[in-house]
Amino acid sequence: MIGVLRYAFRRLGFYAIAAWGAITLNFFLPRMMPGDPASTLFGRFEGRMEPEALERLQDLLGYGDGSIFTQYVVYLKSLFQGELGTSIAYFPEPVFNVIRSGMAWTLLLAGTAVVIAFLLGSLLGALAAWNRGGKLDNWAPASFALLGAFPYFWMAMLASYVFAFQLEWFPIRHAYGANVEPGWTWSFFESVITHLFLPALTMVIASLAGWMLMMRSTMIQVLGEKSIRYARARGISERRVFLQYAVRNAILPSLTSFGMALGFVVSGALLTEIIFSYPGEGYLLIQAVQTQDYPLLQGLFLAITLSVLAANFFVDILTAVFDPRTR
Amino acid sequence: MAGSRSPLRRLLQGIWQNKKARAGAILVGFFALVALVGPWLVGDPQSFDALPLSPPSADYWMGTTGQGQDVLAQTVHGSRQTLLVAVIAGLGVVLLGALIGGIAGFFGGWIDDVLGVITNIFLVMPGLPLMVILAAWLPPGPSTMVGVLVATGWAWNARVLRSKVLSLRKADFVQAAVIGGEPALSVLFREILPNMLSLLMTSFIGATIYAIGAQVGLEFIGLGDPSSVTWGTNLYWARNDSALLMGAWWTFVPAGLAIALVGFGLTLLNFGIDEVTNPRLRSEREWQQKLGVPAGHRPETVVVRHD
Repeated sequence: MIGVLRYAFRRLGFYAIAAWGAITLNFFLPRMMPGDPASTLFGRFEGRMEPEALERLQDLLGYGDGSIFTQYVVYLKSLFQGELGTSIAYFPEPVFNVIRSGMAWTLLLAGTAVVIAFLLGSLLGALAAWNRGGKLDNWAPASFALLGAFPYFWMAMLASYVFAFQLEWFPIRHAYGANVEPGWTWSFFESVITHLFLPALTMVIASLAGWMLMMRSTMIQVLGEKSIRYARARGISERRVFLQYAVRNAILPSLTSFGMALGFVVSGALLTEIIFSYPGEGYLLIQAVQTQDYPLLQGLFLAITLSVLAANFFVDILTAVFDPRTR
Repeated sequence: MAGSRSPLRRLLQGIWQNKKARAGAILVGFFALVALVGPWLVGDPQSFDALPLSPPSADYWMGTTGQGQDVLAQTVHGSRQTLLVAVIAGLGVVLLGALIGGIAGFFGGWIDDVLGVITNIFLVMPGLPLMVILAAWLPPGPSTMVGVLVATGWAWNARVLRSKVLSLRKADFVQAAVIGGEPALSVLFREILPNMLSLLMTSFIGATIYAIGAQVGLEFIGLGDPSSVTWGTNLYWARNDSALLMGAWWTFVPAGLAIALVGFGLTLLNFGIDEVTNPRLRSEREWQQKLGVPAGHRPETVVVRHD
């Protein structure tokens, strides 16, 4: 337990540095850039916005008063108060509220997709290694490598075209139907699931290959270990050898890289959301790009990055608890 | 082994003899040829004179876009900038990765610690949001694209190359060069890096695959230069012109297929190079040939299938 705690503190330190890096980059970027996109931005705000609000936005984007150091302090202070400025696309809504509205949907989509892809991919990889040279082992890696070569969002486009637009099996856009009220009702739940199915499915298909190949190669190593032979020699049933001896040991390295894969999955989720007009952070991101809503863009960068860092920290701790070797 | 031939030539020959690598090389070569000479063989991708959103026909083999441009011409022209940017960005990623990973692995100590933390930070950061804010503040264009791709993509390579440098650092010929008084950077670039040629090659191919995907994604969001013709902007316009709603599959299928085939070809090439150069895999295959046993019957030998 002490070991886990000490490890947790070390990791916390690392993620604190990473978070500080992201926050600082976010501060310096608008100041370093050639040209002056921010002035155009303020021009568009003139008259629409309270003078104080405009001033706070200027602080945030680096056009406040004082030296760069005092500006930095002001920036950090407003960040800690959750002050991210005012959105242009959703004027006069504060950026913080806009981002909060999309968070749950992105978590739902990315979370569902990554958990299913991880479990299914690892299972397929384990089975392929178990039946080495079998049908699954021969065909799956190559065909998944081909599938994995398609961009995430292109798969989403194709799936949306075939199954939503042409066959009309699934809804075309949004996270739930216009005819249902959000709430803890069965009809709302059903609507959310039918809207989630296709975007999550395309993400699972696009990311399955990585998990499968990783599990397959660690599984082959584990199967070569003496403990497996010993278990077999003792007459333990094949099913138990597979699950309790082989899979259990082989899944740990996959779990370790789960955190690393999160950033990739979130990026994929953002693009998938755009195709399905799924109201998460990705959909907000493209709104922000199209309307040149810099405050929203920067808020999104911070929110997504910090969430991924937090999730990584959580996964690190989880792995440390399950796998003493990582500590 | 024929000692007279250079190691690079031997490597290339080995690659050509590997089935997977050859298939990949042919696939990649085809698209390189299209990018090189294709634009002279098809029409103007930016002329708007055809009927918008007409399906594939004898006149327009891949149909037309929402603005009446020829999709075939757009796909062929698009290959040029897409692949050029990807290759340059891929080179940049490997160079930066080799520089940072090489310095970290070679010097060790606190330099390694500091560079390690920086590398890990870039590894855990989600790529897309970082690319988006970088690209959003910079003027759109190919050089911005290359810069953004290199800035966000180098970390994985740095990590892989660092561990290789670390192991080569202990080799006798490197020790000899260090003791012989060769300057550190010259040891790194003259003794160590040339001896990890195949790893640098697979890293470069991997980085190019990454650069194609990331570039296309960014352009699809609208952070490329929408007036240029690339596979990513083709997809951007397909979405903007409501291709899905209009049932115009031909506006987005060609670009996606091209991206996937190039990516698949590069992946095959990488698998093949790995098989040719990784001694563990090579020895397994040689054993197999001698004994005539398929790999499946000897679970204790290591990893990855071939053929």
